[in-house]
Amino acid sequence: MTVAVAEERPLSPLALGLERFARNGTALAAAVVIVLFVLVALLAPLIAPHDPADADLFRRLQPPVWQEGGEWAFPLGCDSLGRDILSRLLYGARVSLTVAALVIGIAAVLGTLLGLAAGYLRGWADVVISRLVDTLLGFPYLIFAIGLMAMMGPGFHNIVLVLVYKEWVFACRVVRGETLAAREQDYVEAARALGCGSAHIMLREILPNVLSPVLVVATFRMAYVIILEASLSFLGLGVQPPTPSWGNMVADGRDFLVDAWWVSTLPGLAILTLVLAINLASQGLRDAFDPRLHQA
Amino acid sequence: MSVLLEVRGLRTVFPTRRGPVAAADGVDLSIDAGEALGVVGESGSGKSVTFLSILGLIRPPGRVVEGEIRFDGRDLRRLSHAELRALRGREMALAMQDALSALNPAFTIGQQLCETLVAHGLARSERAARTQAVALLEKVGIPAAAERLDDYPHQFSGGMRQRAMIAIALAGRPRLLVADEPTTALDVTLRAQVLDLLDDLRREGGLAMALITHDLALVAERCARVMVMYAGQVVETGPTREVIAAPRHPYTRGLLESLPRLEDPDRPLHPITGQVPDLARVDTGCRFRNRCALATPDCARPVPLAPAAPGRLARCIRAAELA
Amino acid sequence: MTASRVVERLLQTLPVLFGISVIVFLMITLTPGDPVEIMLADSRATPEQADQLRRDLGLDRPLPERFLVFLGNALVGDFGISFFHRRPVIEVILERLPATIELTLAAMLLAIAIAIPLGVAAAVKRDTWLDRALSAASLFGVSLPGFWFGILLILLFSVTLGLFPVGGRTPFDLEVPRVSGFLLVDTLLAGRPDAFAAALRHLVLPAVTLGLPTAALLARVVRSSMAEVLTSDYILFAEAKGISRRRVLWRHALKNALIPVVTVAAIETGSLLGGNMIVETVFGWPGLGRLVVESIFARNYPLVQAAVLLYAVTYVLLNFLADLAYTALNPKVRL
Repeated sequence: MTVAVAEERPLSPLALGLERFARNGTALAAAVVIVLFVLVALLAPLIAPHDPADADLFRRLQPPVWQEGGEWAFPLGCDSLGRDILSRLLYGARVSLTVAALVIGIAAVLGTLLGLAAGYLRGWADVVISRLVDTLLGFPYLIFAIGLMAMMGPGFHNIVLVLVYKEWVFACRVVRGETLAAREQDYVEAARALGCGSAHIMLREILPNVLSPVLVVATFRMAYVIILEASLSFLGLGVQPPTPSWGNMVADGRDFLVDAWWVSTLPGLAILTLVLAINLASQGLRDAFDPRLHQA
Repeated sequence: MSVLLEVRGLRTVFPTRRGPVAAADGVDLSIDAGEALGVVGESGSGKSVTFLSILGLIRPPGRVVEGEIRFDGRDLRRLSHAELRALRGREMALAMQDALSALNPAFTIGQQLCETLVAHGLARSERAARTQAVALLEKVGIPAAAERLDDYPHQFSGGMRQRAMIAIALAGRPRLLVADEPTTALDVTLRAQVLDLLDDLRREGGLAMALITHDLALVAERCARVMVMYAGQVVETGPTREVIAAPRHPYTRGLLESLPRLEDPDRPLHPITGQVPDLARVDTGCRFRNRCALATPDCARPVPLAPAAPGRLARCIRAAELA
Repeated sequence: MTASRVVERLLQTLPVLFGISVIVFLMITLTPGDPVEIMLADSRATPEQADQLRRDLGLDRPLPERFLVFLGNALVGDFGISFFHRRPVIEVILERLPATIELTLAAMLLAIAIAIPLGVAAAVKRDTWLDRALSAASLFGVSLPGFWFGILLILLFSVTLGLFPVGGRTPFDLEVPRVSGFLLVDTLLAGRPDAFAAALRHLVLPAVTLGLPTAALLARVVRSSMAEVLTSDYILFAEAKGISRRRVLWRHALKNALIPVVTVAAIETGSLLGGNMIVETVFGWPGLGRLVVESIFARNYPLVQAAVLLYAVTYVLLNFLADLAYTALNPKVRL
């Protein structure tokens, strides 16, 4: 018969979850990959061998180094304007990650606040917010994004805005659900009895408890946002040339599939790798925070 | 009295994170035709696993690793999947604890009844099946059977649902019914009704029954013989009246003493102290010894299930002293 | 499932449909740029003529009034004229619609045909290599950018292996009388099996691009739903009755396991509707999706607006149907 020994230092649910995450080999490896991508994005100006906008028509469609005609100075070959693909990939990482970070960051904050308001205050706040959520959910994502981008015009800022317009809904839904459950709890009653205001209760009492689900949702959505931005850029509705986005790089290479497969293939590979890593990491995160899988 | 079911040395093992667990470890039992055997034990004692093993319903990764299971003289472990399946429902049947979860919510009672009949060739046509199905429902005492045939399980009340499930189990006219906690989910009045129903059906059809339960009082009422299981092993068997009057195993005695008495309501409760051992870590000695008042150092050695009196077996070296 | 309950549920979608029309309307009216200027870009109209056009089109009226006009027209299918095509918008849309429906249907059927057997097999053989392979494939399917997958398939199967055509819906010289708009049907109706085969070949890669990732996702859902159902008591009881393993699987288990799958499939069609646009662009498929993208670049906003509205409404209705199907399949919810 074993007797469980109580932990001496109290760990918040967040810290416990992160600890469990760290023990998951695959998830941890995925997280490392993500960190690598982030580093690359941050350091792009320093490590990129060439200027991504530097066009040289003599190098047009030059093959990567391992094929005949390639050279080490341009290890992954060049695109139709003779620009170095490796450098463009590195700068493209900046675009994808910046868009993702901004969108998810803003959407998470916005969604959380609105979800707290809807779940705790109920009444007309809940009605209005929930109606908004339902309506936005009724729009297929890409169609919404395409429609808005069409109207607003392409470009970095507009993409972030458009994606935020739909993304906040996911965080909001989760937080609203959690808040609805949390407001019935004893600690909320106690705070109310002590005379704490609604804002205080929402932000100080309930918010810390809904952070883990929001974290899980946010990481899942990040993968989606990256693909969405790439898709929009591919269609020409997103980040505009000459700024390299992995999406528009794939579009660039479409006309040259027969002669220069690398122009389209490599950027897509970058997207796949990053998104795969994010999905693996978020799965690991979800498993780490799932109360059902980890009974004390 | 012919022996219908005979089991020798049944061992069923499940792999777990802590190591392999023998949920049924060396179980011997026998049931005669038309006899009611009560199988008593707490959760985890192996009583359900034993009979699921007999019916061939243990799913991987669990496995029956050892033992001889003879039904009507045939060794069930030597049968092919198809042969064993032909026996299920037709010769041996299972009635489960909770009819609501035992019945498929997506099909009507009629469909589930007819399915059994058709599967075992007891009805040729849809219409013949339905007629038989109505008769079966009437036999278990469900009023307006013809209309209720097209109702879904959730549309029945608890007691009626239990009866319907029994009807389905007995549709194939089996010779042995394994009733796993058939009344645990029911209230007291329904309990008596269902048990009476089972008794009637047994008497009529010469049905043998294994009544699995944790409730010793239930067995006392309804079963001629009883088998007590603990931690995967059989610890005592014998005629119910005798076992209850004079138990030959400390666990059985503990069970009896822990029952509240109607005629003495102020008598303090005497639960059995201690806990059931972890089946992943049991040794070859007596599994009850850590909770037994009569334990001695000798109990650490393997204890066989031995005759303690005519027709009675007990797994205790000090069985004689309990008399 | 009474008719009144169906109507009741349908009415519940109205607020969402209303909200969607508001959003679509706002999308258009808040577009920077003067629509009249766009329309008259090539002609040499005077400012007075431009103003007159504005009055004719009702562009000088207050917003709420314009919204009601928009809504009223939308309900009867009047979305204005596509100046680009010199035809009513609704006509242009309906012309291109069958191609999109054909593609989406093919993709969905493919996805279901793959997902169900695979998911069931993975559930039955839990924790074996099959199960794990399915998990991995599913993860891959979700992480794959659709547009890149299409291009990859073209690279592999068209350019390198030459097995399938690079794009388009038909070979250049194919002429088949248009009856339903669905090529696969029309070619058969015209008695041209060669044309049917050609149309099919053109359909393969786009349908795979659209359907395979969906298949991976659906298979996962089928698997987990099935795995859960298989642990139920009623499955054990059915086996105890002596029913064959195959019947237990396909009749008892699947019927219950498919219920959540229907819901997920309906939600997934939403991404299929969007994914359509991408796949049609990659493969040059002459459907509604590509029309929308082209129209955006041509600044043909009335058409874009109409298409977006149509897509959104379809999605809402699909979800509604999935809701109905769920209720119909689940007898416990029947009332």
